[in-house]
Amino acid sequence: MRIKPRLVDKIVRVCLNLQALFTVGILIVIVAIIFIKGAPHISLGFIFSSPEDMGRHGGIFSTIIGTVLLVLLSIFLATPLGVGTAIFLTEYTKESVFTKIIRFGVESLAGIPSILYGLFGFIFFVIKLKMGWSVLSGVLTITIMILPTIIRTSEEAIKAVPRNLRIVSYSLSATRWETVKKVVIPSAISGILTGVMLSVGRAVGETAAVIFTMGSSLRLPTSLMDSSRTMAVHFYILAREGISMEKAYATALVLVLSILLINIIAYYLMNRMISKYS
Amino acid sequence: MDIKIKVEKLSVSFGKNKVLKDIDVDVYRHMITGFMGPAGSGKSTLISILNRMIDFEDNVTIEGKVVINGIDIINGNTNSVELRRQIGTVFAVPIPLPRSVYENIAYGPKLKGIRDKEEIYAIVKESLKKAFLWDEMKDRLSISALKLSGGQQQRLCLARTLALMPEIILLDEPCSGLDPISTAKIEDALSELKKEYTIILVSNNTKQIARITDYSAFFYMGDLIEYGPTEKVFTYPSEKKTEDYISGKFG
Repeated sequence: MRIKPRLVDKIVRVCLNLQALFTVGILIVIVAIIFIKGAPHISLGFIFSSPEDMGRHGGIFSTIIGTVLLVLLSIFLATPLGVGTAIFLTEYTKESVFTKIIRFGVESLAGIPSILYGLFGFIFFVIKLKMGWSVLSGVLTITIMILPTIIRTSEEAIKAVPRNLRIVSYSLSATRWETVKKVVIPSAISGILTGVMLSVGRAVGETAAVIFTMGSSLRLPTSLMDSSRTMAVHFYILAREGISMEKAYATALVLVLSILLINIIAYYLMNRMISKYS
Repeated sequence: MDIKIKVEKLSVSFGKNKVLKDIDVDVYRHMITGFMGPAGSGKSTLISILNRMIDFEDNVTIEGKVVINGIDIINGNTNSVELRRQIGTVFAVPIPLPRSVYENIAYGPKLKGIRDKEEIYAIVKESLKKAFLWDEMKDRLSISALKLSGGQQQRLCLARTLALMPEIILLDEPCSGLDPISTAKIEDALSELKKEYTIILVSNNTKQIARITDYSAFFYMGDLIEYGPTEKVFTYPSEKKTEDYISGKFG
């Protein structure tokens, strides 16, 4: 028997709704569990005091600093490198074997599991270059790890800028760089920022690559050569070693809330930039 | 009459495909010269030679000479950025930059290195006036150029070109997407502008060519079939093809 198209339409709609609900539902459940288990243990003291007794007592201040240092410095290094590469690939070269090799390399790097970046960082930065477990080793490793994401998303965003805008810019006597600076990047900025935000997310949540290169010292880092611990690593160690589940959940909650905050700020900035240019 | 642009034995090929064959044209100062012809006749290619936008195409071979202000821009050592300050271009589709009206017009002057705000404002105002757009835009300089109507956008593009203070203006089918009223406004502006500028108008609207140009050239399949004073070309064309084209038998 043939099913009526209208019935099919209804069934499809119900199914799609359920799928969407399921996805959002899981997210809500995860955040709710973290919130319920973590919220009672959060206080200003938890955020602004340093961990004591392996993290059993005290707060997480040094891991917040570790996280902020790692994320900010890697983004600071990877963004110009990645956006620069994307501009080179799209604006300064013609399609050739050379650009295809670069692109293939970038694609491949994007698919490598983070633990391999960790191992590479350990062998190369920590051992070979004698940087030891340090913020610097961690930053360099994470920079390499997030670079492919930034290159790929920036390249897509730059490619989406209409060719006509470039032509007009040239016809108004702009050079190639002036066109990139004044027309291409402003038009692609929201796509580029999306890539940067994805990278922030990856860097904030990374554990494997960080433990191998930045170590897991709980002391407040005073130089780039000190070992340090990020919130994600702290959470992992607290939970895995069974040190304190309460502190682990509290750390996780701070982590989740800060990611949320970063996203809100990023979207605010993005909207402001978009409205400025259109 | 002064010759502003002298095209001599110009041939252009894309790969093996010859799109302009041995063209000779003299463009006179302070005149509107029309280039007409059906699609694929090579008239737009000639424009892209004059402003050197052809540099952005691949596989191009250019032979011959194009002399502007006494300088050969094909074989000489021409700085294309400087050249595009002398030769402004308005394209078929209005392409406003995603910025305000004011910023669109200030784009060229700022690239020239003009920093003084009052000077830029004066240029913006003057350019908008010349493009017959000032009255509509004087209170809306800060709105996004993307919010203007098609006709306004095209006049904005004309104003933006004028702000470069060029000597020559190239218009590549500037009215192809516009309604009759917007077209009339552009044509009025051009008739005024020829007092100060040398204008080349590409169009496949023969009536428009007849209305506002002083000289006109008819291109067909890469050949220049006929060139002369517009009045003569339209009343006593010396070639059969020209007559067929302007009377609407093909095109």
